Amino acid sequence: MSIVVFAEQRGGTLRKITYEVVSEGKRLAAAAGDSLKVLLAGSDVAGLAEELKKFGADEIAVANDAALADYTTDAYAAVLAAYIQQENPGLVLLGHSAIGKDLAPRVAARLDAGLVSDCIDVKFADGDYAFVHPIYAGKAIATYKVNSAVKMATLRPNVFPVEENAGAGSVVDFSTEIPAPRTKVLEVKQQGGDRPELTEADIICSGGRGLGNPDGFQLIEQLADILGAAVGSSRAAVDAGWRDHQFQVGQTGKVVSPNLYIACGISGAIQHLAGMGSSKCIIGINKDPEANIFNVADYGIEGDLYKVVPALIEKLKEVKG
Amino acid sequence: MKIVTCIKQTFDTEAKITIENGKVSDQGVNLIVNPYDEFAVEESIRLKEKNGGEVVVVSVGNDKTQEALRYCLAMGADRAVLIQDPALENGDNHSAAVALAKLLADMEYDLIFCGKEAVDDGAAQVPSRLAEKLDLPQANVITSFELGDGQATVTREIDGGTETLEVQLPAVFSAQKGLNEVRYPSLPGIMKAKRKELKVVSLADLGLSAEDVAPKAELVQAELPPPRKAGRVLKGEVEEVVAELVKLLQEEAKVI
Ligand SMILES: Cc1cc2nc3c(=O)[nH]c(=O)nc-3n(C[C@H](O)[C@H](O)[C@H](O)COP(=O)(O)OP(=O)(O)OC[C@H]3O[C@@H](n4cnc5c(N)ncnc54)[C@H](O)[C@@H]3O)c2cc1C
Ligand SMILES: Nc1ncnc2c1ncn2[C@@H]1O[C@H](COP(=O)(O)O)[C@@H](O)[C@H]1O
Repeated sequence: MSIVVFAEQRGGTLRKITYEVVSEGKRLAAAAGDSLKVLLAGSDVAGLAEELKKFGADEIAVANDAALADYTTDAYAAVLAAYIQQENPGLVLLGHSAIGKDLAPRVAARLDAGLVSDCIDVKFADGDYAFVHPIYAGKAIATYKVNSAVKMATLRPNVFPVEENAGAGSVVDFSTEIPAPRTKVLEVKQQGGDRPELTEADIICSGGRGLGNPDGFQLIEQLADILGAAVGSSRAAVDAGWRDHQFQVGQTGKVVSPNLYIACGISGAIQHLAGMGSSKCIIGINKDPEANIFNVADYGIEGDLYKVVPALIEKLKEVKG
Repeated sequence: MKIVTCIKQTFDTEAKITIENGKVSDQGVNLIVNPYDEFAVEESIRLKEKNGGEVVVVSVGNDKTQEALRYCLAMGADRAVLIQDPALENGDNHSAAVALAKLLADMEYDLIFCGKEAVDDGAAQVPSRLAEKLDLPQANVITSFELGDGQATVTREIDGGTETLEVQLPAVFSAQKGLNEVRYPSLPGIMKAKRKELKVVSLADLGLSAEDVAPKAELVQAELPPPRKAGRVLKGEVEEVVAELVKLLQEEAKVI
């Protein structure tokens, strides 16, 4: 049997999630005694196969086609479904990214396959996979078994460690008929400048209503600059119009799991915790000693963020040189 | 303009989760319309108000789901269909999508709206699975919708930004927060909703067998996450506290 991983790229660069999913695919392939096959799709992407070789795939199939320049569900689903039909793998893995979330269920339905979304762990034991997925926004953790011949899963970003591995890494071409897509991409707007993306960031600095005004985010940005962090926000700050919705962390925003999450002037409402509760280390900065954020924070600082954050910035400048 | 809107009844986002025999218990839990589905219903009603036509809300659920459907009727949807069957009780996203697709196959529609994700299973699967089963285009996680001639122009969230798409109709759209401001049902709306049609159909009515909707993914068990230990609250002069924090981040947590 084989394990198939869908390698996500954008604008000719592999996404961080791809390294994570390929690394996990390799670990599972080793545990199950399966081979690992990676499907790389796009236009002008053949060069990326070299980069993928480092992660121990037995085979890297490249679907290089001008029709795959933009991500469209119709075109990409045709390619991934055809590749799965050719390889007949036991397991197919994608990232739980915007593309993975759109593509995986579409392909799963085409193949009548079971799919477990947003996994934080996949285990192989007694010849079968168990898929672990947080439900109720992380308030419970569910384990699923999938009974279809092809089993599919999407993996949560920033959870699975990246690991280089040796492997044959032979590169082959893959092509299939690509239908004319019924959707047309008119425009793509990337926001957030040079900052890492929320779901990929190692460190996130977030601000909430406690900032008091939209300019408060300048302070959060300064902190983020020193740490190379992404900037997030609570819903209260989004609802106040201080920040665009795509930066909202929580149940109705982004689910993130960085190494470090710094919550400034955020009370720690249950819906906010749902989005960041799986962060490895949480810092809460809040002037209210009763704030709920202190119930989950590894380190809390009770105080006015307008005093604490500037001091923290100075100290970080000092130690980071 | 005929619009079908798929809604799921979910736990209130404030609900405390308890586990009984390896499953999430629904004892004493307040049930709501999945928050994203409210955006879907709102958008559907606005389109009908502007262009005329009909909004049909549909759901795969149980007795209690009637309440969620009535809520959507009170918001302004015209009629509702509930797919209810013992064989669907332990269903997964595949089961729901197959049942919905079969129901929709015999309906007329120009647009199908869903929520981008159900806040209970957090799967984000049903809209795309439904689109595939109906062989329709899809646009997920949309934050704006503009109706054109035989097509719609939408904005959808992608990683790190947004994308504007032109989508041929009919198609399936899944709604994200930001699409609109959801209305509350008015008192006359609530009164009218009581008399609107709410049809309950079984799998047999749809010509489906239990086997057709057998789940592909089965829950083995659910458990509570390990509680996060409350950590240390650092106290003292700002300079000292900050110095201590940075030291802890470097030496204990090793995250910077
Ligand atoms: C269906 C639903 C979905 C939701 N989804 C989300 C979601 O995805 N994400 C989300 O974040 N919320 C979500 N919410 C909202 C959530 O319930 C809270 O209302 C929100 O998280 C509060 O944001 P906040 O912590 O910034 O504001 P507040 O709760 O008002 O907290 C502000 C905090 O700042 C502190 N503060 C004030 N001034 C200072 C200062 N100078 N220095 C230090 N601290 C200060 C205060 O002590 C307080 O603790 C959702 C709610 C519902 C009903
Ligand atoms: N049982 C259901 N009945 C009707 N619609 C559903 C059902 N389950 C999911 N949906 C729709 O699909 C969306 C995504 O749900 P999910 O795939 O479960 O995350 C929801 O917001 C609904 O619009």
